[in-house]
Amino acid sequence: MQLPAKMIHSLFLVNSSGDIFLEKHWKSVVSRSVCDYFFEAQERASEPENVPPVIPTPHHYLISVLRHRIYFVAVIQSEVPPLFVIEFLHRVVDTFQDYFGVCTEAAIKDNVVVVYELLEEMLDNGFPLATESNILKELIKPPTILRTVVNTITGSTNVGEQLPTGQLSVVPWRRTGVKYTNNEAYFDVVEEIDAIIDKSGSTITAEIQGVIDACVKLTGMPDLTLSFMNPRLLDDVSFHPCVRFKRWEAERILSFIPPDGNFRLLSYHVSCQNLVAIPVYVKHNITFREGSSQGRFELTLGPKQTMGKGLEAVLISSQLPRGVLNTNLNPSQGTYNFDPVTKLLSWDVGKINPQKLPSLKGSMSLQAGASKPDENPTINIQFKIQQSALSGLKVNRLDMYGEKYKPFKGIKYMTKAGKFQVLPAGTGLGFKKIIQYKYRTKHTSLQEGLNTT
Amino acid sequence: PSSSPRHDDLKEMLDSNKDSLKLEAMKRIVAMIARGKNASDLFPAVVKNVACKNIEVKKLVYVYLVRYAEEQQDLALLSISTFQRGLKDPNQLIRASALRVLSSIRVTIIVPIMMLAIKEAASDMSPYVRKTAAHAIPKLYSLDPEQKDCLIEVIEKLLADKTTLVAGSVVMAFEEVCPERIDLIHKNYRKLCNLLIDVEEWGQVVIINMLTRYARTQFLNPNMNESLLEEGGGEKAFYGSDNDDDTDDEEDKEEKEKKKTEATAIVKRKPYVMDPDHRLLLRNTKPLLQSRNAAVVMAVAQLYFHLAPKAEVGVIAKALVRLMRSHSEVQYVVLQNVATMSIKRRGMFEPYLKSFYIRSTDPTQIKVLKLEVLTNLANETNISTILREFQDDHFNDKDFVAATIQAIGRCATNIGEVRDTCLNGLVQLLSNRDELVVAESVVVIKKLLQMQPEQHSDIIKHMAKLTDNIQVPMARASILWLIGEYCEHVPKIAPDVLRKMAKTFTNEEDIVKLQIINLAAKLYLTNSKQTKLLTQYVLNLAKYDQNYDIRDRARFIRQLIVPTDKSGALSKYAKKLFLALKPAPVLESPFKDRDHFQLGSLSHLLNAKAGGYQVLPDWPEAAPDPSVRNVEVKESVPEWTKCSSREKRKEKKADKPFYSDSEGESGPTESADSDTASGSESGSGSEESGSGSESEESNEESESASEEDEEEEGKKKKKNVEKIKARKPVPETCLAVHAVFTQPPPLPVSVPQTIIPSGNLKTYELLHRITGEGLSVEYCFSRQPFSPDPHMVAVKIQFTNSATSEAKSLHVEDAKLQSGMRIKEFPEIEVLPAGETVSVVMGIDFCDSTQAANFQLCTHTRKFFVSIQPPVGELMMPIFMTENEFKKEQGQLMGMNEITEKLTLEEKCQGEHAVVQRVTTAANLSRVPCGSDKECRFAGKTVTSGSLVLVSVVTKEDGAAQLTVNCEKMVIGTMLVKDILQALTQ
Repeated sequence: MQLPAKMIHSLFLVNSSGDIFLEKHWKSVVSRSVCDYFFEAQERASEPENVPPVIPTPHHYLISVLRHRIYFVAVIQSEVPPLFVIEFLHRVVDTFQDYFGVCTEAAIKDNVVVVYELLEEMLDNGFPLATESNILKELIKPPTILRTVVNTITGSTNVGEQLPTGQLSVVPWRRTGVKYTNNEAYFDVVEEIDAIIDKSGSTITAEIQGVIDACVKLTGMPDLTLSFMNPRLLDDVSFHPCVRFKRWEAERILSFIPPDGNFRLLSYHVSCQNLVAIPVYVKHNITFREGSSQGRFELTLGPKQTMGKGLEAVLISSQLPRGVLNTNLNPSQGTYNFDPVTKLLSWDVGKINPQKLPSLKGSMSLQAGASKPDENPTINIQFKIQQSALSGLKVNRLDMYGEKYKPFKGIKYMTKAGKFQVLPAGTGLGFKKIIQYKYRTKHTSLQEGLNTT
Repeated sequence: PSSSPRHDDLKEMLDSNKDSLKLEAMKRIVAMIARGKNASDLFPAVVKNVACKNIEVKKLVYVYLVRYAEEQQDLALLSISTFQRGLKDPNQLIRASALRVLSSIRVTIIVPIMMLAIKEAASDMSPYVRKTAAHAIPKLYSLDPEQKDCLIEVIEKLLADKTTLVAGSVVMAFEEVCPERIDLIHKNYRKLCNLLIDVEEWGQVVIINMLTRYARTQFLNPNMNESLLEEGGGEKAFYGSDNDDDTDDEEDKEEKEKKKTEATAIVKRKPYVMDPDHRLLLRNTKPLLQSRNAAVVMAVAQLYFHLAPKAEVGVIAKALVRLMRSHSEVQYVVLQNVATMSIKRRGMFEPYLKSFYIRSTDPTQIKVLKLEVLTNLANETNISTILREFQDDHFNDKDFVAATIQAIGRCATNIGEVRDTCLNGLVQLLSNRDELVVAESVVVIKKLLQMQPEQHSDIIKHMAKLTDNIQVPMARASILWLIGEYCEHVPKIAPDVLRKMAKTFTNEEDIVKLQIINLAAKLYLTNSKQTKLLTQYVLNLAKYDQNYDIRDRARFIRQLIVPTDKSGALSKYAKKLFLALKPAPVLESPFKDRDHFQLGSLSHLLNAKAGGYQVLPDWPEAAPDPSVRNVEVKESVPEWTKCSSREKRKEKKADKPFYSDSEGESGPTESADSDTASGSESGSGSEESGSGSESEESNEESESASEEDEEEEGKKKKKNVEKIKARKPVPETCLAVHAVFTQPPPLPVSVPQTIIPSGNLKTYELLHRITGEGLSVEYCFSRQPFSPDPHMVAVKIQFTNSATSEAKSLHVEDAKLQSGMRIKEFPEIEVLPAGETVSVVMGIDFCDSTQAANFQLCTHTRKFFVSIQPPVGELMMPIFMTENEFKKEQGQLMGMNEITEKLTLEEKCQGEHAVVQRVTTAANLSRVPCGSDKECRFAGKTVTSGSLVLVSVVTKEDGAAQLTVNCEKMVIGTMLVKDILQALTQ
C-alpha cells in the first residue's frame, strides 16, 4: 500500500520561458511531466504573476511562488497548509539570495552543487530541518571568488569541516564561536509608504510598512536590548524568533540574542488611522478630446511635509491607454521615456529642488480614427528620503549585556515609496459619479438614464 | 547510454585515490541529477565512496544514494553497514546523520534495521538524535505501513520528551502516522502548550494545527449558548476586542452574564465555564500572532477562529491584515481565508475595510479575492464607499470587470437600500463601449429584475433595444429570457423582438436559439393572436436545426403549446408550466460554509478534501473527563504545575551554559531553552521595573501559565464558589484545585458520571438530504441523563439545512408508538436558515425494548416519516458499584439470568484498554474497579425499569476470553451478549 506522503515532495525551478532548470526530490522521484499542469496555467495567465499559487492536478498539488522571474514549484501529495509551503519557498529564495548575492537562473546554475547541498539540509523527508541562515552557513560555506579559486586548486570543500554544533544550540538562530576584531552592530530603520491619492490630493489610503534590518557582528553571545522613544507607534509588529515576546509585551523593549550577520529584526505596520504625512504631491491633467487625434498631458510635482529632508530618486511611471500612439513631452529636468509597445511612460526625475518644481508637459498622439480612450491613467511614484522615518519612529538606545567589550553602534533611517499611486479624475466606468449623485438626489427617474443612450 | 563514454571518465575519477578528483566527479554527477539527467549507471562506482574521509564527497554520495537507492536495491545494501557503524559513533551529529541517511533509503529489505535504529535513537541521550528519530518515523511508515503499531510506541515515547527540539518533529510524525490517536496527546497537552513559543517555526505550525483538532474533541464550544441565538447576538463584542486582557475579562464577564440570561430563556443549560486547559491553549498561542512566519500566524488565526469565544476572535484580524502586505502568494492564501471568515464574523474585519481596497497593480486573482471580501463586508453604512471602490480602478482586466459587476449584483440583492442605486448603475453600464461589460451587466440585471419585475418594465424595454447591438451569446440569451418571462409587462415590444430574432435565428448560437424558442412559446401562450405565425416559423426553423437539443426542444414545445386533438393532458397546463412564478436566484458567496474545512488548510483553499486531510470534529456535547490531562507529580515537577521555587530554576540556569553539550546530559531534561528565551530576567534588570507583588506576578506569568488559569477561572467563579476560591493561592494544592475546577460539582453517587467512549458517538441517519429536500437529519445517543424524565433515553438530533431557503417550524408529530413507549418531543425549532445546523435533544422511553419509535418530522411545508431504533447498548445507563457489590449482585443473577460465551479477542483488541474501550462503546456502561488485570467488569441498569446489567470479560492467554452477562431481562441480556461479542471480535 502506498500512502500519500505529506509535506513537500519535490521542487522544480522553472524560468520565464517555461524550462525546468533544476529539480530536487526529497522522497521518491516525481516525473517532471507533472509540471505540464503548471505550464498550462502559465499559458493561460495574462501576466506572469497571475499564475495561481495553488494548482490541483489529478495526483498532486502544485504550490508555487514567483521571485526574480523564477517560479519555484513545489509538488505536494496530500493535505498541508499552503502557507507552510509558500513561506518555505520564500525562505529558500531568501537563502539563495543570501548565498549568491542574487537569485537568478545563472547564479543557481553556476552554484548548482551548493544549491543542492542547501536544499538537502533545508528539508528532511519534505519537512523543514535547518532554515536559519546562521546554521546553514555553518554547514555549507557561501561561495566566494577566493574560495572558489582555492577550492579548484587544492580540492578543498565548501562543506564545513567542523560539525555544525549550531543545530544543537538552545539559540538555534546563532552560531557558536563567533569572533570579530571590530565589534559592530548596525540597525537600519527602513519605511515604505503605500498610498492612494485622489486627484484633488486627498489621501484615500496611506500606510507605512517598516522594517528594522540589522547587521550585527559581535563576538561571543551578546544579549541586546533596543528601546524606542515612541514605542507606541509599534502596535502592529512581527518579530524575528530571537525577540522575547514577553519582554516586549510588558515593557515595550526589544530584548534578544541576535543571529550573527544580517537579519530582519522586526517588521511593523503603521496604518492610515495614525495619520501619515504624505511627503509629495502631484498635479496632473491628462485630457483627450472626442474626435481629435491629440491629447494633452501636464504633470507637476513637489515636496510636502518632508521635515526638511530632500526627496531623491524620484521616478514617475504611468500606463497610458492603449489608444496612445506616441508622446511628445518636455521634462523640466531628468529624462523621460515612452515605450509605444507597452504604452509605459516613465520619467526619471531625480532629486527635487523645492525652489524649482519639476514638470512634464506636452502632447500625445492618438491612433487615427480610434475613439477617445475610456480610461485615464494612474500615476505611480517612487522616491526616497534619507535620514528620516516617515512615521517618526526613533530608536532611543541600544545596550549590550553578557559580553565585556564595547561595540560600535550605528543607526540609519530611510523612507521609500512603496505602492504610491495618484488616481486620475473620472476613472473606470463612471460609476462613481452616478452613485454620489444618487445619494444626493435619492431617486431619479430611470428615463433620464435611458435618454442619454 | 549515449553519454556513457563520459560516464567512463567519471567512473575513473571516482576510482582514483585523490579526493579532489572524486569531489569533482561527484559535483558533476550531482549537477546531472539536478538537471534531471539519469546517472543511475554510476551507482556501483559511487557507492564505493560512501565511507570516504572527505566530508563533502561523503555528503554528495549520500545525495546520490538517497536518489537512486530505490532503483538499485541490491547495490544499495552495500552501504548499509557504514551507516550502522555510524549509528554507534560517540559523536551525536554523526549518529544523527547516519540515521537520517539510513532512514531515507527506500529499500524495503532494511525495514527491520531501520525500525531498530529508530527505537534506539528514540532513547538516545542527545535531543538532536531523538529529533532525527522523530523525522525517520514517517519515512519508515511510508515505506512499510505494517510497522504502524511499533512506530506508535516510539511516537508515544517521543511525545513525552520535554525538549523543544523534539516537540515539533514528533508531532509531525504523529500527524502522519496516527492522527486518530488523540489519546496519546492527553498527558502531553499542557507541556506542548507551554513549550510552543520556543519550538522552531515549522514545528509550531504543525503543533498548533494538531492542538486545534485536539481541543475540538476535548473541550466545550465556548459559544455554545450563543449558537441557538441569532447571529447578531454576539456581534457587538467584535469591535475593539483587541484591547488588553483586563478589559477583555470585563467584557467576558458581562457577555457571559448576558448570554446566561438569554440562554436560560431558550433552553435550560449549564452555564458555560471554559476549561482552564482550553484557556491555556488560547493564551499561549496568542503571542505567536506576532511571528514573522506567515504560516505560524495563519495557524494561530485558524485556531482562534475555530476555538475562541466570539468576543476574542477579533485579535486575529490585525495579524491577518498584516500578512496581506507580504508576497502576493501569501496574500492569495490569506485572502481566501479572510473571505471565509468574513462571512461568519463580519464585524472583525470592518475596521480594516481599507486594507482590502483594490490596487491596479494587484494581480487579477488578488483583485478578485479582495472584491469578494469587500462584498462580504458590505452593509448599509459602508456600501457607498465600497461601491465607489468597485470602480476607482482600471478596467482593462476583463476577468476583474466581470467579478466586479457580479459583486455589485450581490450587494444589490443583500442590501435592499442600495438595490435601486446598483440597478441604475448597472443600467448605465449597458451603454458602455466594452461589450463584455455590457454582457456581464445584462446577466446580473436579469437576476436582479427577477426580484421585482413589475417596477422595472422600462429597464426591460431598454434591454430589448440592446438585442440589436449586443453580440455576446450569454447576454442575448439573458435578454430574451427576460422578455419572455415578463412579456406581459412589455406587451408591445416583445412580439417585435421575436420578429427580429426569427430573422436572425439561423445565425444565432445554440443558447440563444433555445431562448428564442422559449420566448416564442411564452408569447404564443399569452398573445397568440400576434405571434402565432412567428412561433410556427421559429419552430419550423428549429425543427431542422443541426443541434439535436434544439430539434428536441422544438418538438417538445410544439406538442405542449399547440393544441391538437392528439395533444395530451399536459397542454392544458402549458401556461402554468412556462409562466410559473420562478423564485429569484440567490446570489451568494462561493466562500459560504467553507469553514467546515479547517481554515488555513489546502482542502479549505481548494474547497475539496485533499488526501490525508483530518476532519475538524464538532464540539462534543459534554466535555470528556479533563483529568486525563493531569500528569502525576512524583517524577520531577512538570513545567505546567507551578514550580515551587523560582530560585531553584535560577540555580539550574546559572550552571547551565547556553551551549549545553547535550552529550553529557543524562537523558532528556526539563527544557532549558524555554527558560532562556522567555524568562528574560537574567542580567537585564526587568525585575526592578514595576513595583512589589504585582511585578512579581507578571514575571511568574510566563513561567506557570496554569497557575494563572486557576486564578482567572477563580475570578470568574468568584460569586458562585467562594469556598473553593479560598483554596486557590496555595500552590501545593494546585492539582487538587485544578480537579475541583474542571470537574462538575460532586454528584450524588446514584447519578454517576457518564462515560463517553473516546471516539465520537456513533451517528445514524434519520432523514437523508435528498428525501428531505435539502433538510438532512442525523441522530445519536448522547448518553446524557435526560433531565425532564430519567426513564427516557436522550437522543441528540442534528438538523442541517442544505437547501437554499430556510426551513420553518421543525417539530415532531403523530408518533406511532408501541404500547408503553413514550416520547418527549424537542421544543419546536422556529427557523433554520439555509446552510445552518442545529442540534436538539429529545427523550424516548423505549420500554427497555429495541423496537423502533416511529414518528413524523414536520416542517412548515412537509412531513417525513422517520423512525429511531436503539441498539440494545443504548437502553441502559451506567451505575457506580464497588467490586464487592458487583460480586454480590452477580451472585443473585445466576441461572437463567446469566449468559456466558467464549470468544477469541481480535488482534487489536488484546489489552485491557482496548477491551474497556470497545465494551463501553457498544453499551452505555461504567467500569467497575477490579483487582485483577485479567478481568474487566462493567455495570449499568436499564433506563426504563432500572434492571441491573452486569458484564464481565475475563481474558486468558492467546486472546482467548470469556464474556459473562447477568441481567434479569433475558432478552436484553441475549442481545447485549451478541453486540459485545461483535465489538470484541471484529
